[in-house]
Amino acid sequence: MKKFIISLIMMFGIISSTSFAGTLVINTDTSDAAPKEAFEYIIKKFEEENPDVTVKWNVFDHEGYKQSIRNFLNTDPPDVANWYAGNRMLPFVRAGLFEDVSDIWKDSGWVDGNLSENMEHAKKSMTIGGKQWGIPYTYYQWGVYYRKDLFTANGISVPKTWDDFVAACATLKAAGITPITIGSKYLWTTAGVFDYLNLRTNGYEFHMDLTLGKVPYTDPKVQAVFDKWDELVKPGYFLENHAALSWQEALTPMVNGEAAMYVMGNFAVAPLKEAGLRDSNLGFFQFPEITPGIPMAEEAPTDTVHIPSKAKNKTDAKRFLIFMSRADVQEEINKILGQLPINKNSSVKKGDPFLKAGLNMLNNAYAMAQFYDRDAPAQMASEGMKGFQEYMSNPDRRQKILERLEKVRQKVYK
Amino acid sequence: MELNNPKAKRITWWQKNQIKISPWIFLAPGLIFFSIYVIAPIFVSIGISFYQWDGLSPSIYVGLQNYIELLDDEYFYISLWNNLKWLIFFMLAVPIGLGLAIFLNQIVFGIRLIKSLFFFPFVISQVVIGLIFTWFYQPNYGVIAPFLNFIGLEGFSILANENTATYGIIFAGLYPQIAYCLILYLTGLNNINPEQIEAGRMDGAKGFHLFWNIVLPQLRHATFLAIVVTVIGALRSFDMVAIMTQGGPYGYSNVLAYYMFEQALSEYGYRMGYGSAIATVLFTIMMFYILFFIYRMYRNEREDNN
Repeated sequence: MKKFIISLIMMFGIISSTSFAGTLVINTDTSDAAPKEAFEYIIKKFEEENPDVTVKWNVFDHEGYKQSIRNFLNTDPPDVANWYAGNRMLPFVRAGLFEDVSDIWKDSGWVDGNLSENMEHAKKSMTIGGKQWGIPYTYYQWGVYYRKDLFTANGISVPKTWDDFVAACATLKAAGITPITIGSKYLWTTAGVFDYLNLRTNGYEFHMDLTLGKVPYTDPKVQAVFDKWDELVKPGYFLENHAALSWQEALTPMVNGEAAMYVMGNFAVAPLKEAGLRDSNLGFFQFPEITPGIPMAEEAPTDTVHIPSKAKNKTDAKRFLIFMSRADVQEEINKILGQLPINKNSSVKKGDPFLKAGLNMLNNAYAMAQFYDRDAPAQMASEGMKGFQEYMSNPDRRQKILERLEKVRQKVYK
Repeated sequence: MELNNPKAKRITWWQKNQIKISPWIFLAPGLIFFSIYVIAPIFVSIGISFYQWDGLSPSIYVGLQNYIELLDDEYFYISLWNNLKWLIFFMLAVPIGLGLAIFLNQIVFGIRLIKSLFFFPFVISQVVIGLIFTWFYQPNYGVIAPFLNFIGLEGFSILANENTATYGIIFAGLYPQIAYCLILYLTGLNNINPEQIEAGRMDGAKGFHLFWNIVLPQLRHATFLAIVVTVIGALRSFDMVAIMTQGGPYGYSNVLAYYMFEQALSEYGYRMGYGSAIATVLFTIMMFYILFFIYRMYRNEREDNN
């Protein structure tokens, strides 16, 4: 209800602001401090470089935006709106609400350097039906965050292979430390683990086929993923009672030295450091290899900008998108955000080992998955994540859960 | 003389029907808004339940498809079953509220303060109560953790266990609901006729006997109200579930109201048709209750008038 009221108020706010030629209307969900500052910077710089354009910027409440965008794309579309890559944009693309911007990606004449070349690794996640529907401007890595000191104390070195990883868990468990912490109250954390297990066991293509509904959940290859998962769940390597904890609450055992690892996104670093961990005892490593020889794809949720198909000022909107794709702009934005630029020619904030490791990993990644709930359609994602949580609490129910997910899959991807 | 007054003969239509019409005029604003915001949405929702609609694309008529899917939906049955648990265990608020009301219905120094302390949970927002109870239940460091350790359930999490989560939420929900029933009963006790109790005493009624045969019948109206608000509270239990578990673990503490929200309006939802179908089922259940109670109320009124 609250969201509805907020979006209603927002709607009136937008309606009252009619745009003129030379006015660029931008809607964003950047209500948090850092993203807001980043956009303030972008808009100021864009206006400086393009004095003929006046930017009209509407900031939406981050949560309310998910509802509002569904309204404003139809009723009062801005010229630029931010959103997310992968299947998250599929409903809008399918409903014809986003503009095809393949020409920006193709035409090297638009930009300094070739967009396709500098952002090749992110192109797949912006492509639906062979066309590109927006420009990515920031992302962050997922992987395993760990307590260096606990690893050293137990004589564990950073695991490169699955066997090493499981062995490390066994050692930690024997030492009375929870090997992997996780808080699954809001479900999505379980999807991070599933995605990585699937990416490493079966590879990126299979993972995409699964999230696009082309493969049944009862497929032996999916079973193989759960076989690997069993190796962690059955001996109790995950934090107990994870279903009662949010992802933030699950950080506590790690801060207290009661848990050693967390399969997480880079946004976990800030709260961990606030709680007292330092670069000396907090580390990051890439999720280890499971099936040898499978190219390493990574999880990297990407934020994007799009042009609504009903936008009034598409010319300036495209100029803005191209501006957003530039190496120097992405560099500055991501310094403010504390995240990673997509453009390969951008450098990253110095002195942050996590960003450096992430940049290195992602620039060499075979492909980028967006995260289960962005790659799979909403209904499938919600049922899937419920299933993962149930599995992690009751590994014996695996078969029943997979059969249920298969039933959902057949309904969702009709 | 006055009878010959020509004015008296010419009664206008308005004057003739004034008595009949004026109540409707006064009711009109309420009725208009009630039909726009309550009655019409009911029918619109039922209408949407026959469509497949994501709120963006054009809606597709699917007939009874949503209801057929509902019959095959595990989570729907879990939610329905949980609603039943709510109905049964939420009822505990009525006798507990009554007990506390009788306990507090005495004149001692500072009773006003004590009473207001008992009312307090009713004043706090449900969201706050949900949040606080979530902390109480927190494994290892929650308030009840020492107790759980004592009975040998170390590190047991009530809200993470599929068998206990719903009871954990109901227990939290009882906290303000008991206070609500308590208020209803305290006002009821104020209206009790002391002469009847006196008479009962003279006839030798004592203790439980006196309470059951003389006090309780006089609290009939309070009991009726307490049951109605508790039933409705149980069926629309939404905020507690949303705050405490979001229907988790894996949908096992879901109730129909929250499941509807999850399917139709949450981040992963936007299945308006399916959500409307759930809402329609919930509405039907509520309608049965409401009709039953309205019928009883009507019958009682008639008995009272006779």
